[in-house]
Amino acid sequence: MTAEVAIANRNTRDRSIRRVVSDAIVMTKRNVLKYPRIPTLLVFSTIQPIMFVLLFTYVFGGAIQVQAVNYVDFLLPGIFVQAAIFGSTQTGVGLAEDMKKGLIERYRSLPMSRSAVLIGRTTTDGLRNLFVVWLMTVVGYLVGFRFAGSLIQSGTAIVIAVLFGYSFSWISAWIGMTVNDVETAQVAGFVWIFPLTFASSAFVPVASMPGWLQGFTKANPVTVTVDTIRALVLDTPVTPHIWYSLAWITGIVVVFVPLAVRAYRRAV
Amino acid sequence: MGAIEVKGLSKSFGDLRALDGIDLDIEAGTVYGLLGPNGAGKTTAVRILTTLLLPDEGTATVAGYDVVSQAEQLRHAIGLAGQFAAVDEILTGWENLEMVARLYGFSRAEAARRADGLLERFDLADAGKRQVRTYSGGMKRRLDLAASLVADPQVLFLDEPTTGLDPRSRFALWETIEQLVDGGTTLMLTTQYLEEADHLANRIGVIDHGRVIAEGTADELKAMVGGDVLSFEVANPAQIHAAAAAVADVGSEPPRIELPNHVVVPVSTHVGVITKAVRSLDREGIKLADLAIRRPSLDDVFMTLTGHHAEEENGNGATGGRPGRKRRRQ
Repeated sequence: MTAEVAIANRNTRDRSIRRVVSDAIVMTKRNVLKYPRIPTLLVFSTIQPIMFVLLFTYVFGGAIQVQAVNYVDFLLPGIFVQAAIFGSTQTGVGLAEDMKKGLIERYRSLPMSRSAVLIGRTTTDGLRNLFVVWLMTVVGYLVGFRFAGSLIQSGTAIVIAVLFGYSFSWISAWIGMTVNDVETAQVAGFVWIFPLTFASSAFVPVASMPGWLQGFTKANPVTVTVDTIRALVLDTPVTPHIWYSLAWITGIVVVFVPLAVRAYRRAV
Repeated sequence: MGAIEVKGLSKSFGDLRALDGIDLDIEAGTVYGLLGPNGAGKTTAVRILTTLLLPDEGTATVAGYDVVSQAEQLRHAIGLAGQFAAVDEILTGWENLEMVARLYGFSRAEAARRADGLLERFDLADAGKRQVRTYSGGMKRRLDLAASLVADPQVLFLDEPTTGLDPRSRFALWETIEQLVDGGTTLMLTTQYLEEADHLANRIGVIDHGRVIAEGTADELKAMVGGDVLSFEVANPAQIHAAAAAVADVGSEPPRIELPNHVVVPVSTHVGVITKAVRSLDREGIKLADLAIRRPSLDDVFMTLTGHHAEEENGNGATGGRPGRKRRRQ
């Protein structure tokens, strides 16, 4: 390869990366604008997580035995992850809606980046999740929750929850682009999230579950991530949990970004 | 070189052969109308030509770019307005256009300039500051059309641009489309309405079951179907044969009776035909429910070319389907 060709190739690549970023920013802006313009949307997407904090703290909390910590301190890391992955199911629903309205068809006929629509959507849902997790922290503080660790540990806990939700957004994006229908996207995006969330360490100690379930629960990425965040929140050793969490997040992104982009390119 | 060149294009979905080897050669700067009923393959053709679908067989170029190997360059050269007004309801009209311009790769300033210009041109300057969800159906279509023109495309595709619009909005959109075409853009439009193709297109291809079954100017197609007809309904079906006899010498060919109460007379001229028919019928004491000279409809074209009805979607059709069967105009 001559030097000129190498430079030309690099220029095209630089340009195409810039293109992905600038198109993704345009798409994110478009998605984010929805929240100030339909304020009820944000209100309703926060009511459910708030309800979970209150229900688990006051209804189930008294019956659930955890060792050595207040239940609310045990619970909030679970709530962070639950809120983030429930929120991620909106990615597929939003994309299926865009498809139904013919917007995806228009985007696909434009000379824009093939991944920008999906990046814009998942980024928007990531930002909303960041807001929701912050709000859960505020509500948590009102019912007695406290971060035991440093500011860095606390910040890392929130970032891990949001990143985990972001990786799940790509699974949801793949589902949304594949099923091609808003209602189906809603159901298909949610049905497997339930067992994954509840058969985990999010709300109850794994040791309280029957032996046959514990195998699944311990391998469950939700458990791994909740354990990481819990360690950061309670100021206990965070390794090796954090490595498992980051491995799951990376693995899901590496598998589902190409799958979702491929489904987008084929969607009509 | 033609603006759109298509050879042997085929596409199947499972067992359904949506396109069964079509050939097209569309000259730059002209308007081509692809006319056919629902499910004929019109949308599939547009989707392949706009790189949304890959063809199974055959080749196609648009503005000189191959739809498969040069898809990226091709997208820079085209505009598409699909069957639904693909505009974001939450954004304002201006934001919609600015967004599309940004996605075509224009700078912020240039995108804003184009959005302003298009709103002005499409008579949406005031509405441009409002969210699109407050727009009427006709305004959404205009905005959608404006969005397809953001990059001054060499070739514009409009897939059933007026489906679902009321007649007034439809005529307004026709005017807008005519103005575009005067600017020299090559336009391919699909439609279910002969009247629409007749009004807008230089050449028309009639498509059915994935094949182009006839092609020509509107006049050539109409000559194939046999020209205009005088058609009327009698108030009392018992008088139908007397009515046909009364107008036996009015048209260019003998009258056709379509039971229960409908008579169709092919005519070669409009001059004096209505007066003559009404006088003869009145002399025989026959009362009429309806009478008009009408041009052949898509259904007539289909009956002649394929022997089956177009089964056109009911609704706000400008040609209203087959007279006497569906909606009657007063």
